[in-house]
Amino acid sequence: MPTETSPLDLERNKGDFAYPETHVHDAGVGLTEKTIEFISNIKQDPDWARAFRLNALKTFLSKPMPTHWASHDLEAIVFDNIRYYLSSGTQAKRNWEDVPDDVKRTFERLGIPEQERKFLAGVEAQFDSEAVYSNIKKAVGEQGVIFVGSTEGLKEYPEIFRRWFGKVIPTGDNKFSALNSAVFSGGSFIYVPPGVKVKHPLQAYFRINAENFGQFERTLIIVDEGAELTYMEGCTAPKFNTATLHSAVVELVALKGAKIQYITVQNWSANVFNLVTKRALAHEEAEVKWIDCNIGSRLTMKYPGVILKGRKARGEVLSIALASNGQHQDTGAKMVHAADETTSNIISKSISIGTGRATYRGLVHVPKHLKDCRNNTECDALLINSTSRTDTYPAITVRGTGNSVQHEASVSQVSAEQIFYMQQRGLSEAQAMSLSVNGFVNDLVRQFPMEYSVELKRLIELEMEGSVG
Amino acid sequence: MSNETAVLDEVMEVEAPQADSAAAILSGPIASRADDLPAWFRDEQRAGWNEFLAMPMPNRRAQPWRFSNVDALDLSGYDHPAPLAETERTEIVERSRGLEETAGRLVFADDQLLRRDVLSEKLRDRGVIFQPLERAIIEHEALFRRHFMSEPATLGSAKFAALHRALVTSGTFLYVPRGVEIELPLEIFHWLSSENVAVFPHLLLVADELSKVTVLEHFRSVESDRRGFACGVNDLIAGAGAKVTYACAQNWGANVVALQMNATTVARDASAMSLNVHLGAAFSRFESFSRLVGEGARSDLLAVSAAHAKQEFDARTLQDHASPHTTSDLLYKNSLSGRARNIFGGLIRVEPHAHFTDAYQTVRNLLLSDDAEANSMPGLEILADNVKCSHGATSGQLNEEEMFYLLARGIPPTVSRQLLVRGFLNEAVRRLPHSAIREFVNDLLARKLAEAKS
Repeated sequence: MPTETSPLDLERNKGDFAYPETHVHDAGVGLTEKTIEFISNIKQDPDWARAFRLNALKTFLSKPMPTHWASHDLEAIVFDNIRYYLSSGTQAKRNWEDVPDDVKRTFERLGIPEQERKFLAGVEAQFDSEAVYSNIKKAVGEQGVIFVGSTEGLKEYPEIFRRWFGKVIPTGDNKFSALNSAVFSGGSFIYVPPGVKVKHPLQAYFRINAENFGQFERTLIIVDEGAELTYMEGCTAPKFNTATLHSAVVELVALKGAKIQYITVQNWSANVFNLVTKRALAHEEAEVKWIDCNIGSRLTMKYPGVILKGRKARGEVLSIALASNGQHQDTGAKMVHAADETTSNIISKSISIGTGRATYRGLVHVPKHLKDCRNNTECDALLINSTSRTDTYPAITVRGTGNSVQHEASVSQVSAEQIFYMQQRGLSEAQAMSLSVNGFVNDLVRQFPMEYSVELKRLIELEMEGSVG
Repeated sequence: MSNETAVLDEVMEVEAPQADSAAAILSGPIASRADDLPAWFRDEQRAGWNEFLAMPMPNRRAQPWRFSNVDALDLSGYDHPAPLAETERTEIVERSRGLEETAGRLVFADDQLLRRDVLSEKLRDRGVIFQPLERAIIEHEALFRRHFMSEPATLGSAKFAALHRALVTSGTFLYVPRGVEIELPLEIFHWLSSENVAVFPHLLLVADELSKVTVLEHFRSVESDRRGFACGVNDLIAGAGAKVTYACAQNWGANVVALQMNATTVARDASAMSLNVHLGAAFSRFESFSRLVGEGARSDLLAVSAAHAKQEFDARTLQDHASPHTTSDLLYKNSLSGRARNIFGGLIRVEPHAHFTDAYQTVRNLLLSDDAEANSMPGLEILADNVKCSHGATSGQLNEEEMFYLLARGIPPTVSRQLLVRGFLNEAVRRLPHSAIREFVNDLLARKLAEAKS
């Protein structure tokens, strides 16, 4: 597939541009109850949502930084220097023509409307705190599929929204889920009615344009009985001199027999702290698959999880992380088995280049009296340079006699013999390296949608160019 | 080797010390005993005690204690042991049976030395030192001090290592000089005898260049239902080209809380192998810190455990590769029945510049009952290049086909199950190169498994 038609251009520098800020609403710097009031007022939050935010703020302030296990780089985040809300209105436009020119130009440079015309069932584009554009193909809308921003979802569909909001990931789950619950803005709300199989993916695109800014999108996806959905998200930000914070909460609910595939290609610029909580609830015979690809950011901490609540539910995490100079990709997966015959599979591959550090952190929990639960975990790490680093920290709890769990991890480097072999046949060292690294991730990349896998391979080639020697 | 030692180096029953009234361990070192100790050791005790008081109790929210039942570590109610009566001493010595043939033997009960079966004259003449700690701190001060608790307890139990330093009064110092090879194993027994006492077993093993030595340690209780607390420290130092083999059969009584902190340092071209067998105690925490500090060093870390009833075994390990071209291989095999819990937290750390490291870590849990629980946290931290590292952790059950095979041959279900569990655990035991110790361990495992079923 030619690269022009790719949904998310992964070329590193493509997203490195910014337009002057023209925000109408700016909550200022720092986080207090006033900030929350400001956001709630602009959004005209119902009382329950306002109370929810204020309560979450208290939880956020009371929780310590998780530096007793996580990277001390977290201490570099100065919450008082961050701007928590920036927008030019809360209502997303339905027509591309109505989107303000600067914003339009931003997304056009990133190729968003073009992709929509080509093969997406719906697109939402978020610019700093709010969705500026949200549209869904008519045919998909007519099937009863709802695809709106979280602000709109909360107000227009309270009966579905409130039933699941904050139920998969409670406010107090961790410090950053509490922060998101206090100041969330943007993100998607999706509902797919029973039996509806959405043929084409829905896509959201997140863009940070302002410096010192924190983006806190909140996504809630509910796929009703027997329905199916594929959701893709991408993200970019310009390279500012100061750190930017992105802290999302994504909750998925797969009701009986539903299937959700959630694809993330994270390519934030190298000054973004990407601290994201993602979790799914899988009911009976439901299937949830997280496909997670982390290439950008300064520090990513993200452990997509599935709570396997119903019999025969299945959870899967496929994860690729690429940690280049100065980056720390701290990723992993959580699988909580809570019913009989549930199965889960985690496959994680990471590549550390230069001073990059890739970490796998995992949790697999099989409580007692469950029967025939199965988990398989495989983590493979590839080290390119002598200064590269990789870590693996899984935690596995199993009770009872009816279940089986296996975890394997390996660390290796590109074999000198392979490189020699390829150089003998006329490839340059860099070409040989990228071929070898592509071979390492190939079996996983193949499971990605076609247009993503082509892009990923190209990106790995680019990354490898400067890394040899 | 000094002559004054030689006079005392003969088979001997050791005389009972003067009576002290029982004192709680939380009131600190016993002042009246301090007079017999050299000043440097008293300073160690004081420093250890202050450190112990200053450090917080473990918290299971901290990674080194994750999943662990830290409530078991309430130390109030444990006393310093009182001197044992003559009849008890005789009985314990009588029951201290392990291997048929040994190169030397020490028997301790309630931290009192009961008996020494000393080294052959030949070994003594070659400079081998095998003596109780209370003598080593005086007679071999320089050598002992250099290595005494020189490795920091980094795996979570620093507070208890400090407590050990403050309260240790007996234990073993073993020094094997350059080039000396001791073929037969040395054997050490530590018994808990009286109700509610605390003991602090200590072993410092220094194997000098190109030497070879094997040690088997036993931890036992005189009465299996007596409460007690054991807090041991074990430092193995393998000098360049040395070969150290260490096995420990932990079989404390059912109401004992035990902590054991082991550190192994392996120098250039040296190899160390340890097999730790965990069978007893209500709560047993085992920390193993293995450092590879010279090129060509190799460390093999083996452990087997059979937990039943409400036993909890918590093992934390660190394979620290601080030098290039080093190898470590860990294999832990655990069987669990009843409501038993097992925790494994292990880490392979390859330091920067420790290139060409081979490091492996394998944990296998066998769950035999619905209420048994296994927690595994195998970890890797790789800061070097050109390494081969892997870890694997599995939890599963007995293979139904293997069970069927045995049943089809008329072997009763309980016996079949025991055979399969023994076979499972044997995978680790059989790696030990000493057949006498292997047989002893297998026999012990068979008895424990039979006991669990009845």
